[in-house]
Amino acid sequence: MSAIPPSEPPAAGNGLYDRRAFLRGGAAVTAGLLTAGAAAKERPAWMRQPGAPMTPAGAPSSHESHVVRTSIGSMTGTTGSGSSRTPLQYLDGIITPSRLHFERHHSGVPDIDPGVHKLVIHGLVDRPLAFDLDALERYPKVSRIQFLECSGNSFPLLMPEPVQSDCAALHGLISCSEWGGVPLNVLLDEAGVKPQAKWVVAEGADSAAMSRSVPLAKIMDDAIVALYQNGERLRPANGYPMRLFLPGWEGNASVKWLRALHISDQPAMAKDETSKYTDLQDDGSVHQFTFAMGVKSTITSPSPGLSLHQHGPYQISGLAWSGAGRIARVEVSADGGRSWADALLDDHVLPQCMTRFRTAWRWDGSPSILLSRATDESGAIQPTRAEVQKGRAPGTFYHYNGIQAWAVAANGEVSNVYV
Amino acid sequence: MSMFDLPIPQRGASAVERGLNRVLMVFACLLLSTQAAAQSPGLGQPLTEAAAQTHSLTVLPDGSGLPSGNGTARTGEPVYQRHCLACHGPQGADGINDRLVGGHGSLGTTRPVKTVGSYWPYATTVFDFIRRAMPYNNPGTLTSDEIYGVTAYLLHLNGLIEAEDEMNSATLPAVAMPNQQNFVWIEGD
Repeated sequence: MSAIPPSEPPAAGNGLYDRRAFLRGGAAVTAGLLTAGAAAKERPAWMRQPGAPMTPAGAPSSHESHVVRTSIGSMTGTTGSGSSRTPLQYLDGIITPSRLHFERHHSGVPDIDPGVHKLVIHGLVDRPLAFDLDALERYPKVSRIQFLECSGNSFPLLMPEPVQSDCAALHGLISCSEWGGVPLNVLLDEAGVKPQAKWVVAEGADSAAMSRSVPLAKIMDDAIVALYQNGERLRPANGYPMRLFLPGWEGNASVKWLRALHISDQPAMAKDETSKYTDLQDDGSVHQFTFAMGVKSTITSPSPGLSLHQHGPYQISGLAWSGAGRIARVEVSADGGRSWADALLDDHVLPQCMTRFRTAWRWDGSPSILLSRATDESGAIQPTRAEVQKGRAPGTFYHYNGIQAWAVAANGEVSNVYV
Repeated sequence: MSMFDLPIPQRGASAVERGLNRVLMVFACLLLSTQAAAQSPGLGQPLTEAAAQTHSLTVLPDGSGLPSGNGTARTGEPVYQRHCLACHGPQGADGINDRLVGGHGSLGTTRPVKTVGSYWPYATTVFDFIRRAMPYNNPGTLTSDEIYGVTAYLLHLNGLIEAEDEMNSATLPAVAMPNQQNFVWIEGD
């Protein structure tokens, strides 16, 4: 990492520099070390013999074996009714490697024969139709880079006391991929949707036949039946051979292993849109069909487990996203919210997509509190924890998008705190 | 005659105007072909609605999708004890997984307890979910009569129907669920 020039003025309190400070800095700091190594003409072990041969499929370096899905848990007595989380703190950029995409299954991952599986569209249509994978491959497809977030992501932040876990455990029920597939409005137009239709009940081919009702307007607007993830066919844990994908909406509604779309004039009131994935309020009312994921961000580095080992310059980096569209702005604070500076956004700022933000920080060794606050193109600003909790009943845990605070202690350790 | 020599009125038109007309015609053809590409290739295999419904398990709150058959709390109790008790506990509470019974009046308090009786807005959901997903390790093995029976047993334990009340495709959608009026739709109409 290059140094922040001494002349660089701080952009906000406690050593927060302009987001471009590193880009303007020189690289002279490390030049002496590199020259010394080159003069000795030493060869490390891996330069003294040819490397490994080609392989049919790649894998991460053996030195990266700690970068795996974590917090894997399932309901008592089951192995496939639970979740695993993306290790956000070890990743950079916006794409989640497919092997690290978070999982949330209700009854395990089915082993589906793609030659047998069919998607049936029926109900309030002129022509009930069945599509197999070969047929769908011949349709015009689209691909988009978009996030998928479980509506229960970040629920530990609703606990009364801060849970001391890493970024994966706290926020890892979100991932971002390039999703490719067939726009559903093409398939529904082919079936001929009747005028009285308002809802689409989607059903999966897992052993729970997981189902959700989705407003027809969303299906006709931007929903796809996804066949591809990051350029390859869907992984089994992400719905192979086909899944519903609803940009910006809670992940549970993007039904995996999609086998049926029942066009209806009413929602099915399925278990996962009544007893689960609904939001009880403190007045006893229940908010239902709360699909859109709110504007949200978190700093991924530094974060718990990624301690700071010396004073000096650091890059603060994180992720921001919104179900309402593009991220317009991310602000970062290093003094617990007393002052803020705009972070630099990486080039890829796409709708319903993760956006990577970065800024420069010189840590002087004093205890500090780091925050990030995202604003989306609709003007929505990421709320505080207290604002999210307002009006909610105790024990609710869906749709938490409050501002995350990380405390950096004098010894460089990072922890989850409430401010 | 090529596709570009369509009968566009050209009397008196200059060479430039004739050329422009040809360009416009090319654009028109491209536009038509683009529209054709955006249409469905039409590869869906037609099937009857009856055949489609064998491929779908949905039960709607109005009862459509419910099969024939029936059961009562009395016929459902032994089915529950055989297939459900291990996870959901005796009489739908104190099990290792989701509590299904009780919690009445708790939702507006500091300790809300969400069960079939206290929280679920529709009785049809009970049948729908058991049929599609339960028992966890052997979904799809219960008969319609057994599912109606277990559904009736859970509704009875929650005090919503009597022990002898028969649940079937007509009576189940009519069961009044106490929390139904508290649900507020944020999306959909």
